[in-house]
Amino acid sequence: MTDRESMTQEERLAAPWRTPRGWRYFSAVNNTQVGTWYIAASFIFFLFAGVLALLMRVQLAVPENDFLSADMYNQAFTLHGSVMMFLFAVPIFEAFAIMILPGMLGARELPLPRLSTYGFWCFAIGGAFVCGSIFFDAAPKGGWFMYPPLATRYQEGIGNDVWLLGLSFIEIASIAAAVELIVSILRTRAPGMRINLMPLYAWYILVVAGMILFAFPPLIAGDLLFELERAFDWPFFDASRGGDPLLWQHLFWIFGHPEVYIIFLPAVALVAMIVPTAAQRPIVGYSWVVLAAIGTGFISFGLWVHHMYTTGLPNISLGFFSAASQAVAIPTGVQIFCFIATIVAGRFVRSVPMLFVAGALAIFVLGGLTGVMIAIAPFDFQAHDSYFIVAHLHYVLIGGMLFPVAAGFYYYFPLATGKMMSERLGRISFWLMFIGFNVAFLPMHITGLAGMPRRVYTYPEGLGFDVLNMISTGGAFALAIGVLVFIVNAVHSRLQHATAPINPWNAGTLEWAIKMPIRPWGLRSVPHVSSRYPLWEQPDLLQHVTEGRGYLADAEEGKRETLLTSSIDAMPTQCLRVPGISFLPLLAAVFTGGAFIFPVFKMYAPAGVSAVLALMVIVYWLWTGTAIVPEKPEKDVGNGLVLPLYSSGSESVGWWATLITMIGIMTAFFSLVFGYFFFWTIHENFPPDNEGPGVTWPLIALAASFASWLLTLFARRWNARDHGFRFYAAISLAAVLAVAGTLAMLAGPHFANMDPTSHVYPAIVWVLVIWTALHVAIGFLMQLYCIARRAAGRMTATHDIEIRNIALYWHFALITVVVTVAVIAGFPLMSGR
Amino acid sequence: MPIHEHSEPIFNAVLPSAVVLTRLGRALVLLAATLLLAGCGNVQSSLMPAGIEAGKIANLFLVMAIGAFVIWLMVVALAFYATVVNPERHSIRVARGLIIGGGVIFPVIVLTSLLAYGLALMPQLRAPIADDGLRIAVSGEQWWWRVRYLLPDGSEVVLANEIRLPVGERVEFLLSSPDVIHSFWVPSLAGKVDMTPGRTTTLTLTPTETGIYRGACAEYCGASHARMNFYVMVMEAAAFDEWLQHQAEPAQAPKSSLAVRGRDAFLFNGCGACHTVRNTAATGKVGPDLTHVGSRLSIAAGVLSTKPDNFRHWIEHPEAVKPGVYMPSFAMLPAEDLRAIAKWLDELQ
Repeated sequence: MTDRESMTQEERLAAPWRTPRGWRYFSAVNNTQVGTWYIAASFIFFLFAGVLALLMRVQLAVPENDFLSADMYNQAFTLHGSVMMFLFAVPIFEAFAIMILPGMLGARELPLPRLSTYGFWCFAIGGAFVCGSIFFDAAPKGGWFMYPPLATRYQEGIGNDVWLLGLSFIEIASIAAAVELIVSILRTRAPGMRINLMPLYAWYILVVAGMILFAFPPLIAGDLLFELERAFDWPFFDASRGGDPLLWQHLFWIFGHPEVYIIFLPAVALVAMIVPTAAQRPIVGYSWVVLAAIGTGFISFGLWVHHMYTTGLPNISLGFFSAASQAVAIPTGVQIFCFIATIVAGRFVRSVPMLFVAGALAIFVLGGLTGVMIAIAPFDFQAHDSYFIVAHLHYVLIGGMLFPVAAGFYYYFPLATGKMMSERLGRISFWLMFIGFNVAFLPMHITGLAGMPRRVYTYPEGLGFDVLNMISTGGAFALAIGVLVFIVNAVHSRLQHATAPINPWNAGTLEWAIKMPIRPWGLRSVPHVSSRYPLWEQPDLLQHVTEGRGYLADAEEGKRETLLTSSIDAMPTQCLRVPGISFLPLLAAVFTGGAFIFPVFKMYAPAGVSAVLALMVIVYWLWTGTAIVPEKPEKDVGNGLVLPLYSSGSESVGWWATLITMIGIMTAFFSLVFGYFFFWTIHENFPPDNEGPGVTWPLIALAASFASWLLTLFARRWNARDHGFRFYAAISLAAVLAVAGTLAMLAGPHFANMDPTSHVYPAIVWVLVIWTALHVAIGFLMQLYCIARRAAGRMTATHDIEIRNIALYWHFALITVVVTVAVIAGFPLMSGR
Repeated sequence: MPIHEHSEPIFNAVLPSAVVLTRLGRALVLLAATLLLAGCGNVQSSLMPAGIEAGKIANLFLVMAIGAFVIWLMVVALAFYATVVNPERHSIRVARGLIIGGGVIFPVIVLTSLLAYGLALMPQLRAPIADDGLRIAVSGEQWWWRVRYLLPDGSEVVLANEIRLPVGERVEFLLSSPDVIHSFWVPSLAGKVDMTPGRTTTLTLTPTETGIYRGACAEYCGASHARMNFYVMVMEAAAFDEWLQHQAEPAQAPKSSLAVRGRDAFLFNGCGACHTVRNTAATGKVGPDLTHVGSRLSIAAGVLSTKPDNFRHWIEHPEAVKPGVYMPSFAMLPAEDLRAIAKWLDELQ
């Protein structure tokens, strides 16, 4: 304690945030720190997938080549696509976001750093597992889209299980990041930073995180059905037993199309930060950009069928989805023109980041225009699954994502490392990448229309593909050399150059109000923000911040603290203590990894043990690290502002995180329900007569779950009124009823002798029932947790985060039960069976 | 094992003149062809249409490609002007005008017109054929095509990996698959349609030029997706009728003693368990019908040209020609038997 008193204010602030050294380095739990790991890991996966692309280009350089075998080529293109999408494009945005958002929002830390860290470790472990498979000739080979029945029943080996389980595991990281980002953007903005003042980057990330919440769960639901078919022969996609391969295509593309915008928008978000700096003026059309980003997000969920134009759908569907696919070009165009307009209205300053932005524009606009072309269904009949699409998607993704990310990397390099990257090497790498890219991919438009299908490991000579492919291979290598120069530049600049000055680009946003590089605690002190570009529009703000005259300039109690503000107006509501250094997230990720990875090898016992261990670690982590009752109710955070140290219910971040997670989980559940009704639309006799789970057991399950929910609500009230006995009685009874509900749910199909391998109907009923039973069972564990918390004195009448969060969970659990019972027991009655 | 030693160009296809294209379009396509496809075949190119449907789509492509290029040029020129030519400040009104004009008004007009044009094509492209029209059922199977001509009298003519069509007649394909998803694509004639297990999809097309075209499987279907091709020969109506009649007939009797030995070896070694040769004891349905295999343009689904050496190579080393193929290798047979079987198959005209 005396030690802390002898420090200067700045030292005292830094002390609790210090990153551990030695082997404990990997116990760091801090978004800024984890963000750099995240960026590094995603770049390594990017290079890995890039090497796979080069191997494929070598194979295709000449006709009838035997450099790669057909099997190895198929593994290579499957991994290339999957790794680029799941291990680079999405994670790199999460990485950038958790790294730069704290500074940009004026937060010391995002509120759920352990969740981010857990997500990162899941990503790193799962990614290494998926990538490593190719070295054992065991990589997935069903394509990144994994269409059944090829990928379910016609490919031997563990490759496709590696894809399914490995990537499902990684999707946890994406959802964890989405939860973290939404809560952060809504609740940790600096005081005064009203929602219409926050940087465009934050808007984009908010939109994208919201999209993840609705886009990834359908894929997770699809993965679940898929793995049940592969591992246990449940026939969801097997036409001979009532399944349908098209259900997978719907679920995959309901994820897959928004995915494109989940990749694209965060990259545009970087452009939206770089362009105003380059033009030295605020963005022109702030509200246009925000509305366009939201609009793109919405429309992107109504386009998925344009990946399925050739499956034989009726004209009316094709017409609708053609129109929707055209419509999405409009908000995209608005964003591009807002950036151009900003440059027109400002005085443009050249820089390497802007060079990459300009290259991105030239490439992306072409990709967007070919996108408009293939959105017209008749043209897609020819272009679909040809090299034209390969060209189009790389123009969109490299122009819309890789180049902007390179620009953002350049732009934020000083913030992350304290050094500037070399301009000369930057220009060289840009031109190599730009020219190489176009040489590689422009000819592919012709290759495709000349009739070359995608995903072929070779082609015969004399069909007009030979020269074009040779040119593409040459370009691919030039692009690769450009990337290499980029890496050399990054490494070299980090080691050699002098420290960057404060605000090296003369930018206007808050993250630059800092002595380079950024520290784990972000700004020296948190200012009151009253404009969109505070460094330009609020004189003396820089000094105010760096001299420690803002809020939270000190950490008197030696704790990591950040400010919470209200979601719209950013009025300060709480001083939040955030958790620090811990191995628990890493340990939890390792065990979660075991639960996903062991089943690949059909080792279900170790998988079960891993799952239990993961659950135990997570419970221990919750027990020791969350909802801690502070030593005093409130504290002065500086400038006379006194804020509470604890809040529960909708004031607390945990409540928000629960709400957001449950929205994602409900989306996955409704995707399964969609599956049920999809089968109903394709079968005359669905649900089949007298084969269902009946109504008795489902109704018992419903009654028990309803009672359990109601008692949980009473328990919440009695806890708040400090009626200890009534609380324990209500929640104990609720727990018993939850168990009864779980068992009754499973009893329906069990006693009806429904065999899930016989037909898709029992299979989909079983899935809904198991899903629901599992959620009621989790609700039961939460009820036990609350009993234990109160018994241990960690939950009291005034400090009641736990019971409020589990009550929120139970609302969703009850909806799940109601919907499941209505579908499995009610729908057969309604449809006259 | 390099396969190209065994496969050689099957024919020198004549360049089908692109009658359905506009004069400008034809000039541009020919320019592109000269520049990029110089000296190459064009039997698989959607840019060299030989059917009404492919022609309409090629026209659509040309209109869109030219429009896209002009728009791209305008956007890039604007960006170049604002960053390089004149990087100074311009009035905010100009900037706002750009957003509304370039970001909203212009795209709405262009996209609406394009949508109207594009969607108007669809009913024409997908219109059903007359009740007595020619219907062909094609089943995509790993990695070959089972082809059945469905005749008006209810009978069927079965063949594999090859389709012949009468010029100028609108025909309908009924597409399906017993195993995984494939996609039926003859770029010169029309767009593609998927073949999905549990469903039957349809594709209609009207060839306008006689000639030989190449089709491919467009949906990734496993190890030998690249090796799943076929040829389409568009013929004059009379020649087509004659061909179809011939295909309906049973297999010819062997002409040489070597071919007799070949037939016997074929039957003795169990080839008939998977293949049908009508008029023999071979009645298997698993693999392609070989009744007239010697008359076809290719063997192994568009991979090898039809000649005795290639038959033999295929029978000995199918895995080398088509990775993952279900047909076992018969390399253990005596060389003379292999030669005889190849001879017999080649004689099945």
